Amino acid sequence: MLNLVWLFLILGGIAVAACNGRIDLVTETIFSAANDGVRVCLELIGLMTLWMGMLEVARQAGLIRLLARLVRPLTVLLFPDIPPQHPAMGSIIMNICANILGLGNAATPFGLKAMQELQKLNLSPDTASNAMCTFLALNTSCIVLIPATIIAVRVATGSANATEVVAPTIFATGFSMVFVMVADIIWRTYLQGRRRKPPRC
Amino acid sequence: MLALVLGAVSRWAIPAMICLFLLLGWLRRVPVYEAFIQGGAEGFMTAIRIIPYLVAMFVAIKVFRVSGAMELLAHACAPVLKLFGVPAEVLPLAIMRPLSGSSALGLATELIKTYGPDSFVGRLASVMQGSTDTTFFVLTVYFGSVGVRRFRHAVILGLLADLSGLCASVWICNHLFR
Repeated sequence: MLNLVWLFLILGGIAVAACNGRIDLVTETIFSAANDGVRVCLELIGLMTLWMGMLEVARQAGLIRLLARLVRPLTVLLFPDIPPQHPAMGSIIMNICANILGLGNAATPFGLKAMQELQKLNLSPDTASNAMCTFLALNTSCIVLIPATIIAVRVATGSANATEVVAPTIFATGFSMVFVMVADIIWRTYLQGRRRKPPRC
Repeated sequence: MLALVLGAVSRWAIPAMICLFLLLGWLRRVPVYEAFIQGGAEGFMTAIRIIPYLVAMFVAIKVFRVSGAMELLAHACAPVLKLFGVPAEVLPLAIMRPLSGSSALGLATELIKTYGPDSFVGRLASVMQGSTDTTFFVLTVYFGSVGVRRFRHAVILGLLADLSGLCASVWICNHLFR
Protein backbone atom coordinates (compact mmCIF):
# COMPACT_ATOMS: atom_id res chain seq x y z
CA MET A 1 0.00 0.00 0.00
CA LEU A 2 2.68 2.48 1.00
CA ASN A 3 4.77 1.23 -1.90
CA LEU A 4 2.01 2.27 -4.26
CA VAL A 5 1.51 5.69 -2.66
CA TRP A 6 5.23 6.38 -2.79
CA LEU A 7 5.53 5.29 -6.42
CA PHE A 8 2.47 7.34 -7.35
CA LEU A 9 3.82 10.49 -5.72
CA ILE A 10 7.24 10.30 -7.37
CA LEU A 11 6.36 8.92 -10.81
CA GLY A 12 3.20 11.04 -11.04
CA GLY A 13 5.15 14.10 -10.01
CA ILE A 14 7.89 13.50 -12.58
CA ALA A 15 5.36 12.78 -15.35
CA VAL A 16 3.43 15.99 -14.65
CA ALA A 17 6.66 17.98 -14.44
CA ALA A 18 7.71 16.61 -17.82
CA CYS A 19 4.43 17.84 -19.36
CA ASN A 20 4.67 21.21 -17.60
CA GLY A 21 8.26 21.79 -18.62
CA ARG A 22 9.33 21.88 -14.98
CA ILE A 23 11.77 18.99 -15.21
CA ASP A 24 14.76 21.10 -14.10
CA LEU A 25 12.82 22.07 -11.00
CA VAL A 26 12.36 18.38 -10.16
CA THR A 27 16.09 17.69 -10.15
CA GLU A 28 16.69 20.66 -7.91
CA THR A 29 13.80 19.69 -5.60
CA ILE A 30 14.89 16.08 -5.16
CA PHE A 31 18.27 17.11 -3.76
CA SER A 32 16.95 19.89 -1.55
CA ALA A 33 14.16 17.65 -0.22
CA ALA A 34 16.67 14.95 0.71
CA ASN A 35 18.58 17.56 2.67
CA ASP A 36 15.35 18.75 4.30
CA GLY A 37 14.64 15.21 5.48
CA VAL A 38 17.97 14.99 7.23
CA ARG A 39 17.63 18.50 8.66
CA VAL A 40 14.28 17.66 10.24
CA CYS A 41 15.90 14.56 11.69
CA LEU A 42 18.77 16.58 13.12
CA GLU A 43 16.26 18.85 14.80
CA LEU A 44 14.50 15.77 16.12
CA ILE A 45 17.69 14.37 17.67
CA GLY A 46 17.73 16.97 20.43
CA LEU A 47 14.04 16.61 21.17
CA MET A 48 14.17 12.82 21.08
CA THR A 49 17.15 12.72 23.42
CA LEU A 50 15.50 15.14 25.83
CA TRP A 51 12.10 13.44 25.98
CA MET A 52 13.39 9.87 25.96
CA GLY A 53 15.62 10.86 28.87
CA MET A 54 12.69 12.41 30.73
CA LEU A 55 10.58 9.35 30.00
CA GLU A 56 13.23 7.08 31.48
CA VAL A 57 13.13 9.16 34.68
CA ALA A 58 9.33 8.87 34.70
CA ARG A 59 9.52 5.14 34.08
CA GLN A 60 11.97 4.51 36.90
CA ALA A 61 9.79 6.62 39.19
CA GLY A 62 6.87 4.31 38.41
CA LEU A 63 4.78 7.02 36.70
CA ILE A 64 4.36 5.08 33.43
CA ARG A 65 3.09 2.00 35.27
CA LEU A 66 0.71 4.15 37.31
CA LEU A 67 -0.73 5.69 34.14
CA ALA A 68 -1.11 2.25 32.59
CA ARG A 69 -3.04 1.10 35.68
CA LEU A 70 -5.33 4.15 35.57
CA VAL A 71 -6.49 3.49 31.99
CA ARG A 72 -7.04 -0.23 32.42
CA PRO A 73 -10.69 -0.24 31.25
CA LEU A 74 -9.60 1.52 28.07
CA THR A 75 -6.83 -1.03 27.52
CA VAL A 76 -9.25 -3.93 27.74
CA LEU A 77 -11.58 -2.34 25.20
CA LEU A 78 -9.14 -0.90 22.63
CA PHE A 79 -6.00 -3.00 23.13
CA PRO A 80 -7.13 -6.53 24.04
CA ASP A 81 -3.68 -7.88 23.06
CA ILE A 82 -1.73 -5.75 25.54
CA PRO A 83 -1.54 -7.27 29.02
CA PRO A 84 -3.23 -4.88 31.50
CA GLN A 85 -0.74 -2.61 33.29
CA HIS A 86 1.95 -3.22 30.66
CA PRO A 87 4.28 -0.17 30.36
CA ALA A 88 3.34 0.15 26.65
CA MET A 89 -0.01 1.54 27.80
CA GLY A 90 1.74 4.21 29.86
CA SER A 91 3.70 5.46 26.85
CA ILE A 92 0.58 5.36 24.69
CA ILE A 93 -1.29 7.53 27.20
CA MET A 94 1.58 10.04 27.37
CA ASN A 95 1.52 10.29 23.57
CA ILE A 96 -2.24 10.81 23.50
CA CYS A 97 -2.05 13.46 26.25
CA ALA A 98 0.61 15.36 24.31
CA ASN A 99 -1.61 15.22 21.22
CA ILE A 100 -4.65 16.44 23.14
CA LEU A 101 -2.72 19.43 24.46
CA GLY A 102 -1.30 20.20 21.02
CA LEU A 103 2.30 19.53 22.10
CA GLY A 104 3.43 18.14 18.76
CA ASN A 105 7.15 18.02 19.52
CA ALA A 106 6.67 15.98 22.69
CA ALA A 107 4.14 13.63 21.09
CA THR A 108 6.58 12.06 18.62
CA PRO A 109 9.17 10.84 21.20
CA PHE A 110 6.40 9.43 23.41
CA GLY A 111 4.88 7.72 20.39
CA LEU A 112 8.18 6.18 19.31
CA LYS A 113 8.71 4.90 22.85
CA ALA A 114 5.25 3.33 22.75
CA MET A 115 6.11 1.66 19.42
CA GLN A 116 9.25 0.14 20.97
CA GLU A 117 7.19 -1.27 23.84
CA LEU A 118 4.60 -2.63 21.40
CA GLN A 119 7.33 -4.21 19.27
CA LYS A 120 8.43 -6.22 22.34
CA LEU A 121 4.95 -7.79 22.37
CA ASN A 122 4.88 -8.32 18.59
CA LEU A 123 5.25 -11.94 17.48
CA SER A 124 6.35 -11.15 13.91
CA PRO A 125 8.71 -8.16 14.03
CA ASP A 126 8.40 -7.05 10.39
CA THR A 127 4.58 -6.95 10.44
CA ALA A 128 2.38 -4.47 12.29
CA SER A 129 0.49 -6.01 15.21
CA ASN A 130 -3.17 -5.26 15.87
CA ALA A 131 -2.19 -3.14 18.86
CA MET A 132 0.18 -1.08 16.69
CA CYS A 133 -2.54 -0.43 14.11
CA THR A 134 -4.96 0.63 16.85
CA PHE A 135 -2.35 2.90 18.41
CA LEU A 136 -1.51 4.61 15.12
CA ALA A 137 -5.20 5.05 14.32
CA LEU A 138 -5.77 6.53 17.78
CA ASN A 139 -2.75 8.78 17.36
CA THR A 140 -3.75 10.20 13.97
CA SER A 141 -7.44 10.62 14.80
CA CYS A 142 -6.85 11.85 18.34
CA ILE A 143 -9.08 14.54 19.83
CA VAL A 144 -7.36 17.93 20.06
CA LEU A 145 -8.35 20.33 22.83
CA ILE A 146 -5.80 23.05 22.09
CA PRO A 147 -4.83 23.55 18.44
CA ALA A 148 -1.96 25.75 19.63
CA THR A 149 -0.18 26.34 16.32
CA ILE A 150 -3.22 27.43 14.35
CA ILE A 151 -4.38 29.76 17.15
CA ALA A 152 -0.96 31.40 16.98
CA VAL A 153 -1.30 31.83 13.20
CA ARG A 154 -4.76 33.36 13.61
CA VAL A 155 -3.55 35.77 16.28
CA ALA A 156 -0.63 36.74 14.04
CA THR A 157 -2.94 37.47 11.09
CA GLY A 158 -5.14 39.73 13.19
CA SER A 159 -8.23 37.58 13.78
CA ALA A 160 -11.06 39.26 15.70
CA ASN A 161 -11.67 35.99 17.53
CA ALA A 162 -8.69 33.67 17.24
CA THR A 163 -10.12 30.91 19.43
CA GLU A 164 -13.50 30.55 17.73
CA VAL A 165 -12.10 27.53 15.87
CA VAL A 166 -11.41 25.63 19.10
CA ALA A 167 -14.93 24.23 19.56
CA PRO A 168 -15.29 23.09 15.92
CA THR A 169 -11.85 21.47 16.12
CA ILE A 170 -12.82 19.58 19.27
CA PHE A 171 -16.00 18.44 17.54
CA ALA A 172 -14.26 17.33 14.34
CA THR A 173 -11.44 15.51 16.10
CA GLY A 174 -13.82 13.91 18.58
CA PHE A 175 -15.95 12.66 15.72
CA SER A 176 -13.02 11.20 13.79
CA MET A 177 -11.62 9.55 16.94
CA VAL A 178 -14.89 7.76 17.73
CA PHE A 179 -15.42 6.87 14.07
CA VAL A 180 -11.95 5.36 13.61
CA MET A 181 -11.99 3.46 16.91
CA VAL A 182 -15.32 1.88 15.98
CA ALA A 183 -13.93 1.03 12.52
CA ASP A 184 -10.91 -0.58 14.16
CA ILE A 185 -13.01 -2.67 16.53
CA ILE A 186 -15.24 -3.79 13.65
CA TRP A 187 -12.16 -4.73 11.62
CA ARG A 188 -10.64 -6.68 14.47
CA THR A 189 -13.76 -8.62 15.41
CA TYR A 190 -15.53 -9.24 12.10
CA LEU A 191 -13.32 -8.77 9.08
CA GLN A 192 -9.95 -10.06 10.16
CA GLY A 193 -10.95 -13.70 10.58
CA ARG A 194 -11.89 -13.94 6.92
CA ARG A 195 -8.54 -12.78 5.62
CA ARG A 196 -5.66 -14.98 4.60
CA LYS A 197 -3.42 -14.05 7.47
CA PRO A 198 -4.21 -15.42 10.92
CA PRO A 199 -4.71 -12.75 13.60
CA ARG A 200 -1.52 -11.91 15.37
CA CYS A 201 -0.81 -10.56 18.77
CA MET B 1 -10.30 35.33 27.68
CA LEU B 2 -10.37 31.83 26.27
CA ALA B 3 -7.32 32.67 24.19
CA LEU B 4 -5.49 33.68 27.36
CA VAL B 5 -6.41 30.51 29.24
CA LEU B 6 -5.52 28.21 26.33
CA GLY B 7 -2.32 30.10 25.72
CA ALA B 8 -1.37 29.73 29.38
CA VAL B 9 -2.08 25.99 29.33
CA SER B 10 0.13 25.37 26.31
CA ARG B 11 2.86 27.65 27.69
CA TRP B 12 2.91 25.88 31.06
CA ALA B 13 2.38 22.28 29.94
CA ILE B 14 6.01 21.43 29.10
CA PRO B 15 7.69 22.98 32.17
CA ALA B 16 4.98 21.46 34.39
CA MET B 17 5.49 18.03 32.87
CA ILE B 18 9.27 18.18 33.34
CA CYS B 19 8.86 19.33 36.97
CA LEU B 20 6.44 16.47 37.62
CA PHE B 21 8.79 13.85 36.19
CA LEU B 22 11.86 15.11 38.01
CA LEU B 23 10.15 15.74 41.36
CA LEU B 24 8.49 12.34 41.32
CA GLY B 25 11.76 10.69 40.35
CA TRP B 26 13.57 12.50 43.13
CA LEU B 27 10.94 11.55 45.72
CA ARG B 28 11.11 7.91 44.60
CA ARG B 29 14.92 8.01 44.95
CA VAL B 30 15.56 7.50 41.24
CA PRO B 31 19.08 8.53 40.21
CA VAL B 32 17.52 11.18 37.95
CA TYR B 33 20.66 12.25 36.12
CA GLU B 34 21.80 8.72 35.30
CA ALA B 35 18.29 7.73 34.25
CA PHE B 36 18.06 10.74 31.93
CA ILE B 37 21.40 9.92 30.26
CA GLN B 38 20.42 6.29 29.85
CA GLY B 39 17.09 7.14 28.21
CA GLY B 40 18.59 9.96 26.17
CA ALA B 41 21.14 7.68 24.52
CA GLU B 42 18.29 5.52 23.31
CA GLY B 43 16.46 8.58 21.95
CA PHE B 44 19.51 9.60 19.97
CA MET B 45 19.71 6.20 18.26
CA THR B 46 15.98 6.26 17.47
CA ALA B 47 16.28 9.66 15.79
CA ILE B 48 19.15 8.41 13.60
CA ARG B 49 17.22 5.28 12.63
CA ILE B 50 14.34 7.23 11.08
CA ILE B 51 16.48 9.31 8.67
CA PRO B 52 15.97 7.13 5.56
CA TYR B 53 12.20 7.06 6.12
CA LEU B 54 12.07 10.83 6.38
CA VAL B 55 14.19 11.37 3.28
CA ALA B 56 12.02 8.96 1.26
CA MET B 57 8.84 10.77 2.32
CA PHE B 58 10.21 14.29 1.87
CA VAL B 59 11.50 13.63 -1.64
CA ALA B 60 8.24 12.07 -2.82
CA ILE B 61 6.06 14.82 -1.37
CA LYS B 62 8.20 17.71 -2.62
CA VAL B 63 8.36 16.29 -6.16
CA PHE B 64 4.61 15.81 -6.17
CA ARG B 65 4.04 19.40 -5.10
CA VAL B 66 6.67 21.24 -7.13
CA SER B 67 5.78 19.45 -10.36
CA GLY B 68 2.23 20.83 -10.24
CA ALA B 69 0.73 17.33 -9.87
CA MET B 70 -0.99 18.37 -6.65
CA GLU B 71 -2.79 21.30 -8.28
CA LEU B 72 -3.86 18.99 -11.07
CA LEU B 73 -5.34 16.54 -8.59
CA ALA B 74 -7.06 19.39 -6.73
CA HIS B 75 -8.57 20.66 -10.00
CA ALA B 76 -9.83 17.19 -10.84
CA CYS B 77 -11.52 16.78 -7.46
CA ALA B 78 -12.97 20.29 -7.20
CA PRO B 79 -16.37 19.86 -8.95
CA VAL B 80 -17.29 16.79 -6.89
CA LEU B 81 -16.31 18.36 -3.58
CA LYS B 82 -18.09 21.62 -4.36
CA LEU B 83 -21.35 19.66 -4.06
CA PHE B 84 -20.53 18.91 -0.42
CA GLY B 85 -19.74 22.51 0.49
CA VAL B 86 -15.96 22.28 0.19
CA PRO B 87 -14.51 25.43 -1.41
CA ALA B 88 -11.89 24.69 -4.07
CA GLU B 89 -9.35 26.90 -2.27
CA VAL B 90 -8.87 24.46 0.61
CA LEU B 91 -8.34 21.36 -1.57
CA PRO B 92 -4.54 21.55 -1.76
CA LEU B 93 -4.53 21.75 2.03
CA ALA B 94 -6.76 18.69 2.29
CA ILE B 95 -4.46 16.72 0.00
CA MET B 96 -1.25 17.93 1.64
CA ARG B 97 -2.35 17.48 5.26
CA PRO B 98 -1.80 13.70 5.57
CA LEU B 99 1.54 13.92 3.76
CA SER B 100 3.53 16.69 5.36
CA GLY B 101 2.95 18.75 8.48
CA SER B 102 5.15 21.70 7.60
CA SER B 103 3.86 22.04 4.02
CA ALA B 104 0.27 21.83 5.26
CA LEU B 105 0.89 24.47 7.89
CA GLY B 106 2.45 26.66 5.19
CA LEU B 107 -0.61 26.21 2.97
CA ALA B 108 -3.02 26.89 5.85
CA THR B 109 -1.12 30.03 6.86
CA GLU B 110 -1.20 31.23 3.25
CA LEU B 111 -4.97 30.66 3.02
CA ILE B 112 -5.59 32.44 6.33
CA LYS B 113 -3.45 35.38 5.23
CA THR B 114 -4.99 35.64 1.75
CA TYR B 115 -8.65 35.29 2.71
CA GLY B 116 -8.43 36.67 6.24
CA PRO B 117 -8.67 34.63 9.46
CA ASP B 118 -12.37 35.46 9.90
CA SER B 119 -13.49 34.53 6.38
CA PHE B 120 -15.17 31.19 5.71
CA VAL B 121 -12.09 29.83 3.94
CA GLY B 122 -9.84 31.06 6.76
CA ARG B 123 -11.97 29.44 9.44
CA LEU B 124 -12.35 26.18 7.53
CA ALA B 125 -8.59 26.03 6.88
CA SER B 126 -7.97 26.59 10.61
CA VAL B 127 -10.32 23.80 11.66
CA MET B 128 -9.00 21.42 8.99
CA GLN B 129 -5.40 22.05 10.01
CA GLY B 130 -6.25 21.32 13.65
CA SER B 131 -8.48 18.34 12.96
CA THR B 132 -6.39 16.05 10.80
CA ASP B 133 -2.94 14.62 11.27
CA THR B 134 0.12 13.96 9.14
CA THR B 135 -0.82 10.31 8.74
CA PHE B 136 1.96 9.30 6.34
CA PHE B 137 4.63 11.01 8.39
CA VAL B 138 3.40 9.23 11.51
CA LEU B 139 3.14 5.87 9.72
CA THR B 140 6.60 5.93 8.15
CA VAL B 141 8.40 7.33 11.17
CA TYR B 142 6.65 5.24 13.83
CA PHE B 143 6.87 1.96 11.93
CA GLY B 144 10.33 2.80 10.60
CA SER B 145 11.74 3.33 14.07
CA VAL B 146 11.01 -0.30 15.03
CA GLY B 147 11.64 -1.86 11.62
CA VAL B 148 8.07 -2.86 10.78
CA ARG B 149 7.64 -3.11 7.00
CA ARG B 150 4.12 -4.49 6.61
CA PHE B 151 1.63 -1.87 7.83
CA ARG B 152 -1.56 -3.95 7.37
CA HIS B 153 -4.75 -2.00 8.12
CA ALA B 154 -2.92 0.91 9.78
CA VAL B 155 -2.85 2.75 6.41
CA ILE B 156 -6.60 2.42 5.87
CA LEU B 157 -7.38 3.43 9.46
CA GLY B 158 -5.07 6.43 9.24
CA LEU B 159 -6.61 7.65 6.00
CA LEU B 160 -10.07 7.03 7.43
CA ALA B 161 -9.07 9.25 10.36
CA ASP B 162 -8.08 12.07 8.02
CA LEU B 163 -11.12 11.66 5.83
CA SER B 164 -13.57 11.61 8.73
CA GLY B 165 -11.80 14.58 10.36
CA LEU B 166 -12.05 16.45 7.08
CA CYS B 167 -15.73 15.66 6.57
CA ALA B 168 -16.53 16.62 10.16
CA SER B 169 -14.62 19.92 9.74
CA VAL B 170 -16.52 20.80 6.56
CA TRP B 171 -19.85 19.87 8.11
CA ILE B 172 -19.37 21.83 11.34
CA CYS B 173 -17.95 24.89 9.56
CA ASN B 174 -20.84 24.97 7.12
CA HIS B 175 -23.24 24.86 10.07
CA LEU B 176 -21.50 27.37 12.32
CA PHE B 177 -19.89 29.87 10.01
CA ARG B 178 -22.13 30.09 6.92
